[in-house]
Amino acid sequence: MTRIVYIEHDGTAHQVDAENGTNLMQVAIDNLIPGIVGDCGGACNCATCHCYVDPQYLASLAAPSQDELAVLDGLLNPQPGSRLSCQIKLAPELEGMVVRLPASQFF
Amino acid sequence: MSSQGAGVVIIGSGQAGAEVATCLRQMGYPGRIQMVGEEVHLPYRRPPLSKEYLGREVSLESLAIKSGAVYAKAGIELLRGVRAVAIERDARTVRLEDGRVLAYDALVLATGGRNRPLPLPGAEASNVHYLRTIEESHAIGEAMVPGKSLVVIGGGYIGLEVAAIGIKHGLKVTALVRGPRVLARVTGPEMSSFYEGVHRQAGVDVRTGVTITALQTVAGKATAILLADGEIIPADVVVIGNGLIPSVELAQAAGLEVGDGILVDAHACTSDPHILAVGDVANHPNPLYGRRMRFESVPNATEQARTVAATICGKALPYRPIPWFWSNQYDLKLQMVGISEGYDDVVFRGEPASRSFSAFYLKDGVVIAADTVNHMQDFMAAKQLVARGRPVDRARLADTALPLKSLFED
Repeated sequence: MTRIVYIEHDGTAHQVDAENGTNLMQVAIDNLIPGIVGDCGGACNCATCHCYVDPQYLASLAAPSQDELAVLDGLLNPQPGSRLSCQIKLAPELEGMVVRLPASQFF
Repeated sequence: MSSQGAGVVIIGSGQAGAEVATCLRQMGYPGRIQMVGEEVHLPYRRPPLSKEYLGREVSLESLAIKSGAVYAKAGIELLRGVRAVAIERDARTVRLEDGRVLAYDALVLATGGRNRPLPLPGAEASNVHYLRTIEESHAIGEAMVPGKSLVVIGGGYIGLEVAAIGIKHGLKVTALVRGPRVLARVTGPEMSSFYEGVHRQAGVDVRTGVTITALQTVAGKATAILLADGEIIPADVVVIGNGLIPSVELAQAAGLEVGDGILVDAHACTSDPHILAVGDVANHPNPLYGRRMRFESVPNATEQARTVAATICGKALPYRPIPWFWSNQYDLKLQMVGISEGYDDVVFRGEPASRSFSAFYLKDGVVIAADTVNHMQDFMAAKQLVARGRPVDRARLADTALPLKSLFED
């Protein structure tokens, strides 16, 4: 289990412990965390699971794939920590990671 | 529409119904939530059934939108494998086929639709398949034996996606399309022509403008498709992608207003304020296009579900969707945004031959829709262009040296 803290755009924090190997999008959905939609089910198709990873954890993540980079490049509200949560798998080194959610996944 | 004790009953356990249930809890709905579904499965994602799941790239478990434990923890009661047979509006109850009666404060109709049958002799044969459910996807998957002849009837998303998977599994694939081109309902002639070329190059025998007279059967199995011009196309497996019929019968029998789907307002309410409808079955007034529309898509289901949950919780979240759709065929990710119907100009960005390009559909200089192929950046920007509804410079739109984002940054 790894602990992740999701922070909604309005500041509401959700602390969850989830199984390693699961992706961050599914963990958010399974815990009914508002702000992550995941319409395409994790196929890197829809960009409705966009999140901002706190900079200190970025280096611990596997680099984004070409597909994910293309999605991120198309975002209107990208930040240095922008990632698609469906592409990030939970692992012990991410313990305590803070993930911030955008105001909307639609625009 | 506050809770008076009976809570919410949701009829339909597809993506729309499931999203309503969990959104209600996310928005703090405290009452009872019961979801009635004809299927025995946990609510699951249908798009992979004709794509990654049929292609044996993902597991059955991965189709579930959420695990059973999530619903249990959220206090969402799943009544699986049972059909609702009547709505009694005066009593505010729903009757199930097993005799149970469920009371509601708010009722949500998320009944979706069913396969539109092909009214042809022989279409009832055992090796003729449709595709909406896990079981139907399994049946097609089992029949996909290398070297066998697969005939796909229909040139829409389902037909073309199944054709692509058939090629992947080593079948001999023929696609029979009644209209003059594939994807005719959803895109322009240029994109249709591109996809016909892609399928032919992959080995699919694509036939457009064909009239089928019957399916030839031997001992209850289809062996060939008979065409009006006398040609006989041998078949071991047949898959029909003939669209969806919205399941409005329960609503209709209860006296709710129906047309092409169940008619709802911007807050997803039907003509009875205690009954809402959502997803494939709901026909909503679309502010972007200025008319009533019904979309068959996951984004429509999940976004409209939020409107439904908000209405039930006494908040207003009018439904203003920018519709979008996706289809995976071979190595191509097609993403479409907006509805191109009525366009008067089309602008290409990039070369189709590169297999990464976009088509923009304009009306009076405004982008009303776009199709993007393997081009996520353009898709994301196209959503914005469609939402903004302002005229754009067509030369800049076509100029691949300019990032599309620059069109609305000024």
